[in-house]
Amino acid sequence: MRDGVVVKGVRFRNHRIVGDILELAARYCAEGADELVFYDITASPDDRSVDRSWVANVARELDIPFCVAGGIRSMADAEEVLNRGADKISINSPALADPGLVDELAKRFGSQCVVIGIDSRAESGDWFVYQYTGDPDKTSAAQRRTLDWVQEVQARGAGEIVLNCMNQDGVREGYDCAQLAAVRAVCDVPLIASGGAGEKAHFLEVFENAGVDGALAASVFHSGELPIPELKRYLANHQIEIRI
Amino acid sequence: MSRLAIVDSGGANIASLLFAFERLGVAAELTTDAETIRTAPRVILPGVGAAGDAMQRLRDAQLVDVVRDLRQPVLGICLGMQLLCEASEEEDVECLGVLPGVARRLSVSDGLAVPNMGWCATSPIRAHAVLQGVDEGSWFYFLHSYALPVADETIATARHTHEFAAAVARDNFFAAQFHPERSSRAGATLLANFLRWQP
Repeated sequence: MRDGVVVKGVRFRNHRIVGDILELAARYCAEGADELVFYDITASPDDRSVDRSWVANVARELDIPFCVAGGIRSMADAEEVLNRGADKISINSPALADPGLVDELAKRFGSQCVVIGIDSRAESGDWFVYQYTGDPDKTSAAQRRTLDWVQEVQARGAGEIVLNCMNQDGVREGYDCAQLAAVRAVCDVPLIASGGAGEKAHFLEVFENAGVDGALAASVFHSGELPIPELKRYLANHQIEIRI
Repeated sequence: MSRLAIVDSGGANIASLLFAFERLGVAAELTTDAETIRTAPRVILPGVGAAGDAMQRLRDAQLVDVVRDLRQPVLGICLGMQLLCEASEEEDVECLGVLPGVARRLSVSDGLAVPNMGWCATSPIRAHAVLQGVDEGSWFYFLHSYALPVADETIATARHTHEFAAAVARDNFFAAQFHPERSSRAGATLLANFLRWQP
């Protein structure tokens, strides 16, 4: 019976987590978030299909767009997530492993729902792409310059790029405006800044200095430190065009 | 019989539309059946993807004349709006022609990205029952690379590098370039208005 309890415990935990997802999603939606991104870190080590019923629960609840990132490795994965109501899918390492996947996804579902996530790190005066960043033991250089990869995925049909600047991630010292501005210069599709947000001024900085279309943040909102309405009023007061 | 038929013009993003009506307490039926569409009290023409593929799917399902001849309230959304117009520059596709105008590709300039993906302030320029209660400057969520130019039938406008038609109406057809199902309260207001609209 111990095994039974563990299994139940696992399922209970999963349910609890899903409950929390919905609660948090509804809260952010009510507070005026413009878009939500869900990183699905559900592991599937033996390649069994992942339970994605939570996507439909989120879609039922939300009346703002949302994107699902993580674990989308194939056309079938993408189709399942989109059919359940996600507006966009974001792929990262699977695109590096098989760049042709970007073309296929864009052709089948349209560029507007194909987001490419890029984990990028500054190194010796340039920026380079990293892969499998979800797992510290597997994280490795993808042997690609970030600016090259940004141009390649656009040519393949990516409709949006989320640039996660790894040097800044989690340190809350501000977005990497230099890198984002360099990417902006070669990026004609929407560019979303990610990594480094710690206070209101960081958001203003990245809109003013890097010309990004959006700014993504997680911990600063999850901790409750920076309420979204306060941030949006601040940006609007500084002449950033934003939905209030 | 459902109060609402959603024409299945392909594309994966139908669930969010079904859920939006569910939140308004209305069951919608996703269908390609001509009789279901003809007899539904209200019809939605959504669409995601390329204009050429979507028109081909309508032709394959023999729905071109069915949609053209609808007399009940019809709401076109996003690509559905472009399908209702005369043609699209995207692969030079001839569309249904119930709304005037040709969808043109958005231009890349002034640091504005294409596709236009995101929230845009939208201004009603003519009163219309479907936009009742939608304030000047309300924000809607857009996802598109093509748009109709502003013309006589334009009900609301938004701006990318140029002003474009965010909503267009003629007779029993109303079409929005944005996604009301993903446009928070303003979008829900529009959908609720559509469900009451008596053209």
